[in-house]
Amino acid sequence: MNKLTQRIDKERLLLGIAAPVLAIVAALVVTALVILATGKNPGSAFSDMVTYGSASDSQVYILNKATTYYLAGVAVAIGFRMNLFNIGVDGQYRIAAFFAAVLGGALTAPGWIAIPLIILTAMATGALWAAIAGVLKVTRGVSEVISTIMLNSIATAIIAYLLQPGKLAELQSGGTVISTKPLPSSSYFFQINTGASGELWGFIVVAVVVGIAYWFVLGRTRFGFDLRTVGQSESAATASGVSVKKMIATSMVISGAVAGLIGMPTLLNDSHQFSNDFPTGIGFTGIAIALLGRNNPVGIALGALLWGFLERTTNHLEFEGYDKEILGVIQGVIVLCVVIAYELVRRYGLSRQQQRVGAELAAQAAAPTQKQEVA
Amino acid sequence: MTATMTDTPPPAAPKAPAQAARSGRSLGQILMLVAGALLLVAAVRVITGANQLTSEGQVSAALALAVPIGLAGLAGLWSERSGVVNIGLEGMMILGTFGAGWIGWQTNPWLGLLCGIGFGVLGGLVHAVATITFGVDHIVSGVAVNLLALGTTQYLAKLFFTNGKAADAGGNPKQSPPVDSLPNVDVPGLSDGLKSLENHHWFLISDIAGILGGLVTDLSVVTLFAVLLFIGSWWLLWRTPFGLRLRSCGENPIAAESLGVNVYKYKYVAVAVSGGLAGLGGAFLALVTSHTYLESQTGGRGYIGLAAMIFGNWRPGGLAMGAGLFGYSDALQLRNGGQTVHALLLLLVVLLVGLAGWKLYRKAHWQGGISLMVGALVLVWYLVTDEVPSDFVGATPYVVTLLVLSLSAQRLRMPKADGMRYRKGQGK
Amino acid sequence: MKILYGMQQADEGTITVNGETVVFHNPADAIARGIGMVHQHFMLADNLTVLENVVLGAEKLHGIGTKARTKIKELSDAYGLNVRPDVLLEELGVADRQRVEILKVLYRGAKTLILDEPTAVLVPQEVDALFDNLRELKAEGLTVIFISHKLGEVLSVADEITVIRRGTTVGTVKPAGTTPKQLAELMVGSELPTPETEESTVTDVPLLKLDGLRLAQTDLDGVERIILDDITFTIHKGEVLGIAGVEGNGQSELVEAIMGIRDPDAGVISLDGTDISHAPTRHRRQAGVGYIPEDRHRHGLLLEAPLWENRMLGHVTERPNSRGQLLDIKAARTDTARIIEAYDVRTPGIDVTAASLSGGNQQKLIVGREMSHAPKLLIAAHPTRGVDVGAQAAIWDHIREARREGLAVLLVSADLDELIGLSDTLRVMYRGRLVADADPATITPEELGSAMTGAATGHLEHTEDDAR
Repeated sequence: MNKLTQRIDKERLLLGIAAPVLAIVAALVVTALVILATGKNPGSAFSDMVTYGSASDSQVYILNKATTYYLAGVAVAIGFRMNLFNIGVDGQYRIAAFFAAVLGGALTAPGWIAIPLIILTAMATGALWAAIAGVLKVTRGVSEVISTIMLNSIATAIIAYLLQPGKLAELQSGGTVISTKPLPSSSYFFQINTGASGELWGFIVVAVVVGIAYWFVLGRTRFGFDLRTVGQSESAATASGVSVKKMIATSMVISGAVAGLIGMPTLLNDSHQFSNDFPTGIGFTGIAIALLGRNNPVGIALGALLWGFLERTTNHLEFEGYDKEILGVIQGVIVLCVVIAYELVRRYGLSRQQQRVGAELAAQAAAPTQKQEVA
Repeated sequence: MTATMTDTPPPAAPKAPAQAARSGRSLGQILMLVAGALLLVAAVRVITGANQLTSEGQVSAALALAVPIGLAGLAGLWSERSGVVNIGLEGMMILGTFGAGWIGWQTNPWLGLLCGIGFGVLGGLVHAVATITFGVDHIVSGVAVNLLALGTTQYLAKLFFTNGKAADAGGNPKQSPPVDSLPNVDVPGLSDGLKSLENHHWFLISDIAGILGGLVTDLSVVTLFAVLLFIGSWWLLWRTPFGLRLRSCGENPIAAESLGVNVYKYKYVAVAVSGGLAGLGGAFLALVTSHTYLESQTGGRGYIGLAAMIFGNWRPGGLAMGAGLFGYSDALQLRNGGQTVHALLLLLVVLLVGLAGWKLYRKAHWQGGISLMVGALVLVWYLVTDEVPSDFVGATPYVVTLLVLSLSAQRLRMPKADGMRYRKGQGK
Repeated sequence: MKILYGMQQADEGTITVNGETVVFHNPADAIARGIGMVHQHFMLADNLTVLENVVLGAEKLHGIGTKARTKIKELSDAYGLNVRPDVLLEELGVADRQRVEILKVLYRGAKTLILDEPTAVLVPQEVDALFDNLRELKAEGLTVIFISHKLGEVLSVADEITVIRRGTTVGTVKPAGTTPKQLAELMVGSELPTPETEESTVTDVPLLKLDGLRLAQTDLDGVERIILDDITFTIHKGEVLGIAGVEGNGQSELVEAIMGIRDPDAGVISLDGTDISHAPTRHRRQAGVGYIPEDRHRHGLLLEAPLWENRMLGHVTERPNSRGQLLDIKAARTDTARIIEAYDVRTPGIDVTAASLSGGNQQKLIVGREMSHAPKLLIAAHPTRGVDVGAQAAIWDHIREARREGLAVLLVSADLDELIGLSDTLRVMYRGRLVADADPATITPEELGSAMTGAATGHLEHTEDDAR
């Protein structure tokens, strides 16, 4: 019996990594084909990516980017575990970062007061924005897919309106960038100096904490159990005593709160202001990474690192004569292949398990004298 | 499954021999609604003086923007009627815009139209393979298709539009060189007469003239084609054996399978058609609305199309009405939007007050109270400002979509097996 | 039957129709050979009309318009099926839906009909009507294969009976020379379990009291439908109250109201003196209500979760599953192993998913889980549905044992033998009301059946004349 559980675990682990590995291999093949079709050499493209990507300053850059992406992936994954598609992470993080930046620029308090306030504002704004979609779903049954996408565009409009000189923003020196009032240096988050490789953003610590909290809450608390139950079967959850509507609203709020953190690394470690070139589209990156990492805290981390790596290296490819837009193709193919691969692996795993359970039971029935020791 | 849907109330105990409980309204009721709406809008126009509200130009622009939304909604309808949720419409539309721009500028707009449809079909097939053959969750697959479509078109645009002839003709990584126009049609004689009627600004008569004028003046051939597609879809899906089989795949695929229907085949066809229709919508945007492929020109219309489909209760007629509504709000930003949206605020106040009254009459105190409060807030906003800032005008279609979805009654009846991951041989 | 209908392929062996060996690759092949299947779980689409449901897949025969409508009316009249083509399917009740299924196969020119457990959801009077239809079909020269485990019915309607056990043909008999007991032993191969019970364990301490419970629902058209109408009863400690009724008469809603999944409009539910009429489900569970749902896949289990997580389902706030806000996974796993041992759940371990277990073992796990939290009240809805005979006997034993220890049980079932065998008190539910009560010691299934269709009310007395 113990052997069977051991075997199931090892096989499950293998099955778990099989899918993303399959997907990445498929993406590499497709990318190679696409590059070949344009008459260029895929081999040298890949080797360039590997050498450039493993340089130490690249590593710092990748870690910094991955911090942001990891938070995005976790925010989306919280929704996914509940079978909710919070596509609105994109609008949530931007509007959260905007208002947090406005607050940060206006505060004159010392760092140890200001920074937590900024972070809290961001989380609260993100949570509120997500709550709109959550409430609409729970009270009116509006699909969160469509409502969050609409809210993304509405958030863009609100930011566009307020990010103008005279309203909540100002024109920066040089006259090309409009941004909120920059944060005072006391509100800068700490950084780790790695010498020649650059500055590692301290917010990576927060990201790790968020990851641990995600794992712990979902896997080790009653609330997390209820949440996962709703995600697996709403009917079973209702019969078991969970209020599905409250759960939906709560998890949208939590997802939005974590989404609010997405803009914080950039705000507190990098640009220190919200300008009209604040990074966009990270919400969709989060979705891709959550899918790739299968909502698992470690998987999402690996996915975030992969995404950072791809971004860094394809950017460099541009200088070698390739098109950096190949990144979009690689990312798209990876996501599509990984969801297909996960489905195949899941089905295979289920049928394998049913086979083995059947075989074990037949073996047990044939040897009734042995009393099995259970777990 | 949390697809694009509201919860239908759970079935009650066996019904007494009842009337056919259809969720549509009778023709008379629809006509009354339309008449009421016309009167209301005409009144608002006269009070606020925002003549653009029912002008021929506005309605014409509304129709022009309703077409891509309507085509996207029709695409969603085809797919969901066969049981496959299609969130990837946005991506298929993007593929359509690219295909139209790419081939269109090199040859002629007609081929561009075909190519746009073709690219959309390709996108549809990707979604079909993932969901039907591999059984991936429909929404996840749709999101993946959107990502892939965006990445691919950006890459291809960079590849084809940055160098050589394309660059000379005005291309760059974000847009294709301009494409020639497709022909427009007019109903001779009628257009001028209606235009002069409209210019008198008489209550109701000029409004109707403006609306009718917008519907018959300066129509693109693609618009006519789209109308034909709507009628054709209705007839195909509800009046032919093909349509019956397709719809049965979305209602109870296991039953259909047991009766010898090849469910996989019908789903594939439906999703491919869905992709093609979305591609056509994209091609319309590239060829008629703007004459080039532009990055991000779809602007979320794929999702608005889905909202129109839900609003229309998965039927072409209702879908067309929804598309018209959303197209109207989309067109506002093109034509002196600030004032018109401002006038619409008053309309919104009237509707909210009406809703509040209805809810209070039905003893839903909370809902009535909230409607009244929100109505009051909007009224204050209306009185305090002169026009709505241009940034917000751009967001009108999204706000309208949200409002419409939130306020739609729960009378919706989606295909019963929509979103279900079907596999052959599941039946008992 | 799936093989006979082309939905699955056989590995070995032959099928012969009218002397010709045939192979069916899909249902269309079977239909072409004149074989029609009436499934146990109806293959009907609610949102389509009867006409659309019937012509689906057979549009070439008579089109989908007027010709088809005429043909349907013709068949309906010829065989007394009483079917209206333009009604939306969701408005039809169970017996009518079955007739639509029969019409479907007749429409396709079936000469051989396969009926799979057709009487599972019918009351005795409707069964008689169905048998009359079948006799008419037989008279017209059609062949009927009737699959059932209800031995009395099989004996009354069949000309020849074949018994299949564990996938093999065990024997073929003529009903004239066979008794039900002989048939049953052919089927099970050993002594049959009986749900008969011994001395009464009913106390006079009331545990669950329902008073005037009322539930109504306004549907999409604004019509108010009364689902539960003035339900009043009391279950004492050590008592099993059985509720008989055809599905769809409010039993599921009653169970959901007691569990807290539905909110009643009026009336009081009190458990051991405390009013729980509007308490959340979780509170009720924590107060000692155990629940064996009628659809274990949808309400009782997380199919893709391991068994130890399923053990926690519904009781995650109680020991041993959690301490405070944190889960106590180790304790839950140990306890899961104990349940598997004590309730004889056949599984190689506690980490396998619930989906890999057979129906009977899944149900035993659920029973074990619910009993492990010392419930005061056990709600058992169709507890042995879809469960093998061995597991059925085990579950009955557990219920009887719990009764002895003072547990109150609300038993809802469509299996009249189970109801009569296990209950101390019997009530009949019809159209949301409790219309009749009976003494399980003397009542027969036929008498119960007439109350279930509303033909009899009040206290049902067993008279010797009713014995078949």
